[in-house]
Amino acid sequence: MNTEAIIRGAAWFRALTGRRHPLPGDPPSVLVADADLGGEPTRFLCVVPDRNGRFPCARRGEVGLEEAYTLAARVREVTREGGPGRKQPIVALVDLKSQAYGRREETAAIYLAAAAAADAYGSARLAGHPVIALVVGQALSGGFLTHGYQANRILAFDDAGVMIHAMHKAAAARITRRSVAELETLARKIAPMSYDIRDYAKLGLLHKLLHPQSPDEPTPEDIAMVQLELLAAIADARSAPFDLRSRLESKEARETRKASRLVYEKIHEQWHSRSEVTR
Amino acid sequence: METIELSYPAKRKIPSRAHIGVVGSGDLEVLIEPAEGKSAQVRIRTSVEGFEATWRAVLDRFFSGYDGLASIQINDAGAAPGVVSLRLAQAVEASEQ
Amino acid sequence: MNTPAHAADFLRRQSFIELNARERANVLVDAGTARELLGPFDRIESPWLAAQGITPQADDGCVVIKGKIAGQAAVVTALEGAFQGGSIGEVSGAKMTAALDLAAQDCERGVPTSAVILLETGGVRLQEGNLGLAAIAELMNAVLVLRRRAPVVCLTAGTVGCFGGMALVAGLASYVVMTREGRLGMNGPEVIQEENGVEEFDASDRSLIWAIHGGEQRQALGLVDALVEDDVSQIAEAVRASILKGVPSTHRSSEIDLYRRRIQALDASRQWDPRELRTSWNDQPHTEEKQ
Repeated sequence: MNTEAIIRGAAWFRALTGRRHPLPGDPPSVLVADADLGGEPTRFLCVVPDRNGRFPCARRGEVGLEEAYTLAARVREVTREGGPGRKQPIVALVDLKSQAYGRREETAAIYLAAAAAADAYGSARLAGHPVIALVVGQALSGGFLTHGYQANRILAFDDAGVMIHAMHKAAAARITRRSVAELETLARKIAPMSYDIRDYAKLGLLHKLLHPQSPDEPTPEDIAMVQLELLAAIADARSAPFDLRSRLESKEARETRKASRLVYEKIHEQWHSRSEVTR
Repeated sequence: METIELSYPAKRKIPSRAHIGVVGSGDLEVLIEPAEGKSAQVRIRTSVEGFEATWRAVLDRFFSGYDGLASIQINDAGAAPGVVSLRLAQAVEASEQ
Repeated sequence: MNTPAHAADFLRRQSFIELNARERANVLVDAGTARELLGPFDRIESPWLAAQGITPQADDGCVVIKGKIAGQAAVVTALEGAFQGGSIGEVSGAKMTAALDLAAQDCERGVPTSAVILLETGGVRLQEGNLGLAAIAELMNAVLVLRRRAPVVCLTAGTVGCFGGMALVAGLASYVVMTREGRLGMNGPEVIQEENGVEEFDASDRSLIWAIHGGEQRQALGLVDALVEDDVSQIAEAVRASILKGVPSTHRSSEIDLYRRRIQALDASRQWDPRELRTSWNDQPHTEEKQ
């Protein structure tokens, strides 16, 4: 897996939209295009590396200040400009190197930038726009919370180059005071800690695992397959409520997220009961 | 993780349940509830293994001055015996109100 | 400054920071109205920690108190910073999200119910990895849903502060209340130093840390609605006042044009003294932006 140059996002953006350049006024690190998908204009968004980016800590495909606010603005456009009738689908192509870790970013409140993008995606979904996250590479921590995790449906490639996680291995090992090998052993026992996308699929959060032949350089067959799956996911999103309940109701979630489901069940009982005050 | 279970003969019903503490580093939480039967039960879960004898000593001493028919759960993250005794005393005080 | 009146005030102060999560949640709620939900005796713990040699806490480090604030229905959720750094696991995350979901349902039924979220947290609990991260995403959705109907107030008083993915929750809040001791940011100093070196952020430099993440700086940038002393009655009053303000006409996370302009105006070719941003960022947000 190539962890330095994040390349799949740009390749898949080109493959699905026919475009390779940012919209006028946008930084080179955010690619946005409206492209036809099954006869319907669909907005695709992707964060890519920009070696000449203004912010030194956001040049390798991280979601920094400019990236987050650009995503927010381009997603808002969709919700603002949509008239009555069919809500335009939004596809977040995810292959990113996490959030940007920098002093400038912290000073200028990157947490709010990230929240703004997540707000835009989440609000679009709540307004009825199908939002699909297609994870073609890495989807890490704050970056994924910003770009992708508010989607109705999450799709991912079943491939060693795909990773969804809260923190990359080396840092996670350091912070939990284990070796990377120990972390990997633990991760085999404890599904939510695993770096393997197939284990992520067991958590019930993923809508579907896809199997392109050539994830780095998509073939025409790969592209056709992904387009069909995106359309199916969009249709599925349209047929269901606009919340994130599918992540708790899926077959896998009923197995792996029992504690979450128990929380929802019990708190509902207690919320409505007439038991005594505790203070 | 080590789980230690102890029991002590007891008769006096306690007025209420109580909860004290936080499972922070070097600390513990205690849940104390009224029990049925003839003995008080203690269940200790600790992330620091190999100190069963110490736990027994601390609890033996505690029960030498406590007669409640209680079910006590301890979730421990490496508290020193003095801290354990303190939390037990706090839990008892809260449960007697 | 050492007049008897000031000294008496200081002595009367009760520290909020010294209280644990349960105590903090309880002091914010009107006396006689607090009801804890999914408390320690319900024993809904993390299913993932014991297998890793970590002792679970009976409430998984999250306290949920339903009650009233300023006479109005409210739910308070408080993270225990002393348990695993207040980090978000499957259960603690679900408790917060479920509480906000229920508050939103009550709003739908005609009982406006606000939420107050006490954030002392480093973000995702790494021992629960993807379930912690997913829980934060679900909580963010719950905030988006509830904040349209009732205020969501986020409070960070210290000492842990609010970091990681949970900082995005603060970013979505209707109102943010902080003390000077409190800190708010996506990435803590150690993480930045790890990723990009000590030149980028010297994690041992306490004055730098508070100059960037501290409550006073955040307030000076217009990111905080109330900056209060570490005092139970002042903090409780600030929370009450936020709830009484009701749903704001606009949320910071929706002010995209404003913040985009501010970012574009930054000279990214150098590091800045954080105080440089105070003047340019403390103008009133535009209200023309529609959500």
